[in-house]
Amino acid sequence: MKREFTISVFTEDRIGLLNRVSIIFTRRHINIESITASESEVPNVHRYTIVICEHQDLVEKVVKQLNKQVEILRSFLHVNDEVVYQELALYKVPTHVLAEGGEAETVVRNHNARVLSVAPEYTIIEKTGHKEETQQLFEVLEPYGILEFVRSGRVAISKPMKEFKEYLSEIEVASAH
Amino acid sequence: MYHQHPKDAQQIGKMKEVEEQLLKEKGTKTLSGAEAVVKSLLVEDVDLMFGYPGGAIMPVYDALYDFEEELRHVLTRHEQGAIHAAQGYARATGKVGVCLATSGPGATNLLTGIADAQIDSTPLVCITGQVHSHLLGTDAFQETDVVGISMPVTKWNIQVTKAADIPWAIARAFYVAKSGRPGPVLVDITKDAQFGELEFNYKKCESIRSYVAQPKVNPHRVLEAAELINRARKPLVLFGQGVLLADAKEQFKSFIEKGDLPAAWTIMGLSALETEHELNVGMLGMHGNYAPNKLTNECDVLIAVGMRFDDRVTGDLSRYAKQAKVIHLELDPAEVDKNVKTDVAIIGDCKLSLKLLTDAINSNEHSQWKKEFEKLKIEEFNQVINEELFPSEDEPMSMGEVVNLMSEATKGEAILVTDVGQHQMVAQRYYQFKKYRSNITSGGLGTMGFALPAALGAKMGMPHREVVAVIGDGGFQMTIQELGTLFQTQAKIKILVLNNEFLGMVRQWQDLFFDKRYASTEMVNPDFQTIAKGYHLETKKVNKREDLKQAMKDFVAHDGSYLLEVMVGKENNVFPMIPTGASVSDIRLK
Repeated sequence: MKREFTISVFTEDRIGLLNRVSIIFTRRHINIESITASESEVPNVHRYTIVICEHQDLVEKVVKQLNKQVEILRSFLHVNDEVVYQELALYKVPTHVLAEGGEAETVVRNHNARVLSVAPEYTIIEKTGHKEETQQLFEVLEPYGILEFVRSGRVAISKPMKEFKEYLSEIEVASAH
Repeated sequence: MYHQHPKDAQQIGKMKEVEEQLLKEKGTKTLSGAEAVVKSLLVEDVDLMFGYPGGAIMPVYDALYDFEEELRHVLTRHEQGAIHAAQGYARATGKVGVCLATSGPGATNLLTGIADAQIDSTPLVCITGQVHSHLLGTDAFQETDVVGISMPVTKWNIQVTKAADIPWAIARAFYVAKSGRPGPVLVDITKDAQFGELEFNYKKCESIRSYVAQPKVNPHRVLEAAELINRARKPLVLFGQGVLLADAKEQFKSFIEKGDLPAAWTIMGLSALETEHELNVGMLGMHGNYAPNKLTNECDVLIAVGMRFDDRVTGDLSRYAKQAKVIHLELDPAEVDKNVKTDVAIIGDCKLSLKLLTDAINSNEHSQWKKEFEKLKIEEFNQVINEELFPSEDEPMSMGEVVNLMSEATKGEAILVTDVGQHQMVAQRYYQFKKYRSNITSGGLGTMGFALPAALGAKMGMPHREVVAVIGDGGFQMTIQELGTLFQTQAKIKILVLNNEFLGMVRQWQDLFFDKRYASTEMVNPDFQTIAKGYHLETKKVNKREDLKQAMKDFVAHDGSYLLEVMVGKENNVFPMIPTGASVSDIRLK
């Protein structure tokens, strides 16, 4: 059965590495649901957070292929309850909808969203949460007319207490072997 | 004739003086990026490379001009020839093969060889020139994103845009190519980096923190595996190129001999164990031997050493060795459980794990089990081999009888380089290998055109060995231009073309699975004899069986390159065969 997995990939900071990572998925005809690249807590170590929906045995093989890449330090495979994760969505709606009061304002409050920017013609609303939550707000706002919508990829932090630095020193010992 | 460029010894001497002076004054030497490429290669003990010049790599070629003696460059006739030659060199010597090409088409022409080296774990360093860095991404003349294109088929690759990064990149390239599971590496160097200056201070790469080349062998797994092997009544060992890559010839032999373990090979593992060894039970897979394929589905413990359960070896995975406990000795963790689920995986260099495992197993004896291999071997001999090696007089010549004669004439001591197709299967089935590390073929990728340039590279790496390339009439024409390289270098290789005027393997499939609809497999060939003569190559064509023996003697005895073309049966098929999608135990004898 296919299910959702979050893969965290820790890499060296090198041009082209993102391509090397993504071709491991495309070669196997796996669609990447979302991908986010950023720095990590360790200087010069970058992390990618990748969400895919696939069979477990295939995902495990993919993680091994990721770990095999020369400049990937380590990849971790998580199911959703092993990580705390979040996404961010921005909604651009006509300002008059909100200015006229009534339901739209309540919607924003009830969804724990916040208003980022107000201009005469439009207002930008921000909502962080899981995809279902940002999607729910989208559906509620839709009747008022959404001018523009964007959702970020997932960022995720694992629950276990082992720090990446500890993994890193283990890897450094193994690589010098 | 090949003429070496007359050396201006004085000039070289002077250059070295200047360098030494610089070294004294500053502790380092200022070189151009291109000179740094050459110097880096020299520090890595490269004395032979293959390549083809062009605009974006000209500074490196210019720097090579001063080092022709220390670092010989072989000019091939096509970049694909250069990389296959580098592959042949690497496979024959165990060293890193090096090739050089220009940007754009030069670089893309390397790609087939890079993909071949990636799937067959061959250590290569490919250096390509690239357009000036300010032109990157502008669709400049002969610009191509070779780093992007080669990413899926390289173990590692990098683009260098600054002269100062060249030594670091090349040092890393050699380390990555050779260490762990070997593979091809590409270093793309922009023209301005080749012209730029740097303080040359080369440091060999000895480790990379993000890369574990040699995972530690877990002794617990060794004991678990030993226990399974000790209890086994019908053990079967499958060995692949891992044994050769780890250079574990002796360790492997001790292991199978102590446990009295029948051992079957993949085509990449061929020649890690001599053909006549009493425990060598033959070839695995689609056109392999009857006994090891059949008995894969009867063994109780399957011990895979340095092999990756390729689909051509396993057939239908859902009916592959389901009854057996599987032990996998493998360096690359990504290969474990990839195709076949293992019960015990011993990750690490098999030279070490085989030694530990040999120490841990009991001396054993499996004569009853070995008799089953013997029985099936006789069945295969009676139904397939006898007819293939000794066809009756009214039959056309068979590939098997030619290979068998060639094997006898070379006493099984040659390096056998094969192309891809029917002749490849036949040559590997019937050549009687006596020497270690003597089989070079395109296994995983199945690259037609591989053999001629690979044989040239193998010979240049191992000049004291006899090198025989066995090639079909189709594959021969894919890189036939390398006869020019052969002529220019005067390397002495023997080329045996088995000509059936068909793309034989595809035709065989059309025969068996496509109702004999021979779509685009019949070859109307040129006269290879005339072509060979154009390259001043000794040559002979055999049409009749009665001429074959003498021709083979002359072929082997000749001191120099030689083309022997033998006209074999047009529509012979290679058997046994496991049809696609069938189980190994459904192997057909006809």
